[in-house]
Amino acid sequence: MDAAIFQVTWFVLWSVLWGVYFMLDGFVLGTGFLSGFIARTDTEKRILINAIGPVWDGNEVWLLTAGGATFAAFPTTYALMFSNLYSALILLLFALIVRGVSFEFRGKLDSAAWKSTWDKAIIVSSFLPALLFGVAFGNIFEGIPMRNDFTALQFSYEGSLIGLLNPYGLVTGLLFVLLFAVHGALYIAIKTVGELSGRANALANKVWPALLVVAVIFLGYTYPATRLYDNYLKLPVLLIVPLVAVVSLVLVKVYAGKGESGKAFTFSCLTVLFVVATGVTGLFPNLLPSNIDPASNLTIFNSSSSPLTLKLMTGVALVVVPIVIAYKIWVYRVFRAPVTSEDVLGNKQAY
Amino acid sequence: MDVVSLSQLQFAATCMFHWIFVPLTLGLSIMTAWMETKYVTTGDETWLRMTKFWGKLFLINFALGVVTGITMEFQFGLNWAEYSRYVGDIFGAPLAIEATVTFFLESVFIGVWIFGWNKVSKKVHALTIWLAAIGTNLSALFILLANAWMQKPVGYVIRNGRAEMTDFIAVVTNPYGWIKYSHTLMSGYALAAFLLMGVSAWHLLRKNEVDFFTRSFRMAAVWGFVASLIVGVTGDFHAVEIAKTQPSKFAAMESIWETKKNAEMCLLLVPDASKECNAVEALKIPGMLSFLAFHDTDAEIKGLKDFPREMRPPVTPTFLSFRIMVGIGTFMILASLLAIFLSRRANFVDNRLFLNLMVLAIPVPYLAQQVGWLVAELGRQPWIVYGVLKTSDAVSKSITSTQVLLSLLGFTVLYGLLGVVDIYLLAKYAKKGPDNDLGTIISVQGRV
Repeated sequence: MDAAIFQVTWFVLWSVLWGVYFMLDGFVLGTGFLSGFIARTDTEKRILINAIGPVWDGNEVWLLTAGGATFAAFPTTYALMFSNLYSALILLLFALIVRGVSFEFRGKLDSAAWKSTWDKAIIVSSFLPALLFGVAFGNIFEGIPMRNDFTALQFSYEGSLIGLLNPYGLVTGLLFVLLFAVHGALYIAIKTVGELSGRANALANKVWPALLVVAVIFLGYTYPATRLYDNYLKLPVLLIVPLVAVVSLVLVKVYAGKGESGKAFTFSCLTVLFVVATGVTGLFPNLLPSNIDPASNLTIFNSSSSPLTLKLMTGVALVVVPIVIAYKIWVYRVFRAPVTSEDVLGNKQAY
Repeated sequence: MDVVSLSQLQFAATCMFHWIFVPLTLGLSIMTAWMETKYVTTGDETWLRMTKFWGKLFLINFALGVVTGITMEFQFGLNWAEYSRYVGDIFGAPLAIEATVTFFLESVFIGVWIFGWNKVSKKVHALTIWLAAIGTNLSALFILLANAWMQKPVGYVIRNGRAEMTDFIAVVTNPYGWIKYSHTLMSGYALAAFLLMGVSAWHLLRKNEVDFFTRSFRMAAVWGFVASLIVGVTGDFHAVEIAKTQPSKFAAMESIWETKKNAEMCLLLVPDASKECNAVEALKIPGMLSFLAFHDTDAEIKGLKDFPREMRPPVTPTFLSFRIMVGIGTFMILASLLAIFLSRRANFVDNRLFLNLMVLAIPVPYLAQQVGWLVAELGRQPWIVYGVLKTSDAVSKSITSTQVLLSLLGFTVLYGLLGVVDIYLLAKYAKKGPDNDLGTIISVQGRV
């Protein structure tokens, strides 16, 4: 019983870490792959990069924390999730590496060819993680073909990279891409001024109907493709979670339609958080199900660390995470003003 | 090649590449913070120009250290799933703490430092580089405590088919880890000091910004000497710890085949691993090795022949790496000591021989970093966790050699390209010298 409390606590923390990661990196990824469509001049491109410049690295750390938390709290899940999804995660890793250096490298040489190379790199390396994270979570929701024997400690995997690109995985991938597109466009809208801001808000409005269609397909398709609805059928009050997601999504359009990008962005943050929450609420207590053998599901009970490690990590998380959130809020306040062309042309340290 | 060898090769390649950039980050972050503090306390604008110039190099270097670090955290699960499952209960904790406590600190505040020049006060701005530097320096502590557990496992019990933590305090107070941390951290400071001295020397040879670069050089010389000296002292502690806890690694580092008391040290030695002996042993100092290992000339040193062949680390590479590291360490102490004296002389900028030497010395500490890693990790083989789990039992079972070969090729191409670009940019900005224009807020009307 004692152990179960901490296992459930870590399931919640694990979900929160992923949710916050997608909320924060979602708009960075979106800004990145939209940069080629929204920005028209070099100065506008620089404005976009500088709008995410102060925060992208700190946002990406939520991914490292989510990964580290999986390792520390659910080592068997960390081991099998990462090794079974090897090729997909290697691609994701390459994209994240290229994205990170692109911001730093782009402005370091004054050559049009150099800049346009990194512009393309930013678009591709921002688009790929959005898609791959979606595909990966789609596959997590529906389960992957693995057989695990937790007493004999025998673990095997029968899937492949191509197998991950199944229809449900791709729908989830598309959902993430469109979600981050709207989220990123709204971020650009609030972090820039004038025509650029207007263009970004218009793009959010244009992409939104496609997002709605894919979200509806996703919610429908989830019923035959996964077991996510089981928890909701057992405990219908949980339906509040997807309901918040849907209402937020609608409010995104309401405010974006009125040109109130700030409010629309707030609701797109909520949408991302509650889309993740919708998935993990259905997933509980699984972390990574098997789609060929229910006994092989990796759960918070059969893949967790010892009670001592879970307690220790709970203590660390309860002390440190609030401090992190506090100074991150301070940083967002310091950089709350929109980025203008004067800013990027005047600051030599800027990207 | 099989999955184990390919995964080892990939881990070595990605780790050593990551480690081209991290030592400079460790040292230069603190030095840049120091320069900005000097600026804030004295108001002397040369310190501000130094902060900006060296800070720019710091950032170009920092970028690759950060992105290649993600690989490191993912790779345990990707390639070493059995290891991760077996030791995750202990090994995962310092990694998660590293991410939560230190990565946030460095990544969030480095953003404020880069973009916040005219958004926060001078003092707060200087504070942000300190917080980023502390984050960076502390992250090295947690990862080295994790590594120390692989070298000298403590505070655990084998239970439920894995190693479970019983004593977290033992894990974070593991003396092996703290010795390793001080040794590694100071080696990063020393490397950064040599880069500062080398770049400054390059400009001084051209009589460029003489005051700026003389000041940079003098500061770096002191940092370099103190750090190199501590690297030497902690290196000695480290060897003693290894002799005690990892006798097979120690025997390989020194290429000792026979167990003996009052073991001598050979200044000239050529191992012949196939014949299980040394081809050349000359310039012997009697009892020296026993003294270095146990601070007692009569102490017994275990020889490699006491270990079955398959339980020995690769002797020649471990031995050579160790000798090269020690040789470079000695050179660095002497060169930085000389640098302190020469840089205080009036005719320093005319000492072309020494300035040229310091330019050529820039890559030397980098070599020491790489071979140092090899001593630590090759010397631990065939164990991944010394005495607990073998490397060959630690690899992921669901991956194929084709998958790893492809990812290894991918890493080689990607890292190769990024490495070339980054080093090119570092050289370009280092040669360009400091900006005269200090204005972060300059008038740009009409330029849009």
